[in-house]
Amino acid sequence: MALARAFADPVHDAQQTFRAVMNALARPGTLQPVAGLTGAPAPLSPVAAAVAVALADYETPLWLDGRLAAAPDVAAWLAFHTGARIGAAPSQAAFALVADAGILPDLAGFAQGTDVYPDRSTTLIVQVAELGPIASAAMRVRLAGPGISGHATLAVSCLPADIADRLAANHALFPRGVDLVLAGPEGVAALPRTTRVTLVEA
Amino acid sequence: MYVAVKGGERAIDNAHRLLAHARRGDPAVPEVAPAQIREQLTLAVDRVMTEGSLYDRDLAAIAIKQARGDLVEAAFLVRAFRSTLPRFGASEPVDTAAMQVARRVSATFKDIPGGQVLGPTFDYTHRLVDFLLEAGADVPEPARAPADETAMPRVTDLLGHDDLIERNPPGDPDAPVPDLTREPLDLPAGRDLRLQNLARGDEGFILALGYSTQRGFGRTHPFAGEIRLGEVEVELFSEDLGFAVPLGDITVTECQMVNQFKGSATEPPRFTRGYGLAFGHCERKTMGMALVDRALRAGELGEEVKAPAQDEEFVLMHSDNVQATGFVEHLKLPHYVDFQAELGLIREIAGRQAGDEPLKEAAE
Amino acid sequence: MATVARATVGELAALDAMAGDRAEMLRAPEIGLVMVRGRIGGDGAPFNLGEATVTRAAVALPDGVIGFGHVMGRDKDKARLSALADALWQAPATRDAVEALLAPVRARIAAETTLKRERAAATRVDFFTMVRGDN
Repeated sequence: MALARAFADPVHDAQQTFRAVMNALARPGTLQPVAGLTGAPAPLSPVAAAVAVALADYETPLWLDGRLAAAPDVAAWLAFHTGARIGAAPSQAAFALVADAGILPDLAGFAQGTDVYPDRSTTLIVQVAELGPIASAAMRVRLAGPGISGHATLAVSCLPADIADRLAANHALFPRGVDLVLAGPEGVAALPRTTRVTLVEA
Repeated sequence: MYVAVKGGERAIDNAHRLLAHARRGDPAVPEVAPAQIREQLTLAVDRVMTEGSLYDRDLAAIAIKQARGDLVEAAFLVRAFRSTLPRFGASEPVDTAAMQVARRVSATFKDIPGGQVLGPTFDYTHRLVDFLLEAGADVPEPARAPADETAMPRVTDLLGHDDLIERNPPGDPDAPVPDLTREPLDLPAGRDLRLQNLARGDEGFILALGYSTQRGFGRTHPFAGEIRLGEVEVELFSEDLGFAVPLGDITVTECQMVNQFKGSATEPPRFTRGYGLAFGHCERKTMGMALVDRALRAGELGEEVKAPAQDEEFVLMHSDNVQATGFVEHLKLPHYVDFQAELGLIREIAGRQAGDEPLKEAAE
Repeated sequence: MATVARATVGELAALDAMAGDRAEMLRAPEIGLVMVRGRIGGDGAPFNLGEATVTRAAVALPDGVIGFGHVMGRDKDKARLSALADALWQAPATRDAVEALLAPVRARIAAETTLKRERAAATRVDFFTMVRGDN
């Protein structure tokens, strides 16, 4: 077993990554730069790895999608650096890592939280190849809701064609529902449950 | 009317400086070092570890120094410190039967395998102030005697062989162990959660409740089946390695209370149990804990619940001295607006009763 | 590992020279908590007693051997040295040297344990019965 290191400066690197995720959730649609962990084993992306290591610990069960679960190095690396229990059922997971955004699982299958404790829901960390305000990505979405002045536009690749409908169903569950953190090559953007998402026709 | 007030920053800063000065006391007297507290005020350290719910002798010693010897404040400091740390996991349950015993007594059987070992105890001292300690004196080496290898089974296990005492609940090995530091306390609580609550509860509160059961408020007819003190090994199941790794030893005190039970519609008459366990040498605490643990089982054993010590909500919701001190002491904080409102109301009522006009409000 | 967990930093210090500059810090020493559990009645269902401070570290040797250190308390140096002991013990070339280093530690722990047992044994009660006379 050869394990690559995670953060060089565990406290400060984790804090910076945490702050990027926090800002992304507070200002949905904005791209927040994150320094990726280049040592992360494929197909786990460096940025998704940094987010996972910053957020997950012994008390946050992790769920991996099919592509990530098929690579044993990924589970071993995450288990070592986070201490999290890997392979939890989606409905028990605090975080879910998705490498294959195109076949994003049913959002309703993840922990939805309760009306009393809406925080007990899954946060999905979804790897996407392209992410940014103006990228020439396959899909552009228009966002509105808390944390957004008027509306915002986000270009993103890899997400399934019916993503807007699925996020609308998720939004309707508020205060329950899941939050999505999109991990692109340069940083993260978030689609929390409070955000209304519509597709922009090309 | 709401009036926001600011101020006091300098007063607060200066109060903290004065506190540091008061903590130091007379500079002509040598300053106490945490290591001295750790080694010479060990029972204070043990209490702070137990009620702070964190085993770390050095940390508890610093907290006692910082708190000027206020053990509740020290437990508060320890609790605050632990809240900053990540959790690596949970230990395998410690095995008190495998304890390296420093003290072990039973009030139920004179002759027990392994014998009655008094250890370092205040029992049988005359409670006369020892003025030799004023000057300090060298202490003689403790006596030694050949240590045989006789095992020291728990006294309650001896009764268990004859089915004269109830068995301990085995529990479901796959079920998560509830943790009140992670999930808010929900009532009714299981016995596991109650024991966690009592273990970190205030010694004075637990002691008084235990005492109340002896005086008739929820009688449990207890015998001290066994009290043992000593070191147990702590093992952490390592996810990295896939097996349990030893972390080192901790000192714990365990009390097994054996209680008379006349039986119920479903249960035969036999002895029941109350259990106490705490970090360090906390004998009084574990005895009180065992009494209260048994009293709280009244409902389960078909006994009438009528005394405070049997009332789960009363006991569990008021046992924590950090919570209690927070709520009681918050009364010191400014309540100027609340009080002004009450004052206005009382004046108005008083005015009406006197048939007068309501009095004018005092100047703010 | 049980010996390493009870060793002092001084007793383990020579491991640094044994490792030279070959060991890479895979996980820097980190202080955290372990929830210590007991059992209801001593042998029943588990319950959470309270936490303990624990420091952990992991090091890697060039050949891929990973050593883990977990120790009670907040001594980062001890956690690092424990991880080093674990790694060097796994490497065949250094196992004997680690064992040689730990032998006196084992002896010291055994002597302390015996001393504690003997001191406790001296406080064991010898009951004697006051025999009532026949008349």
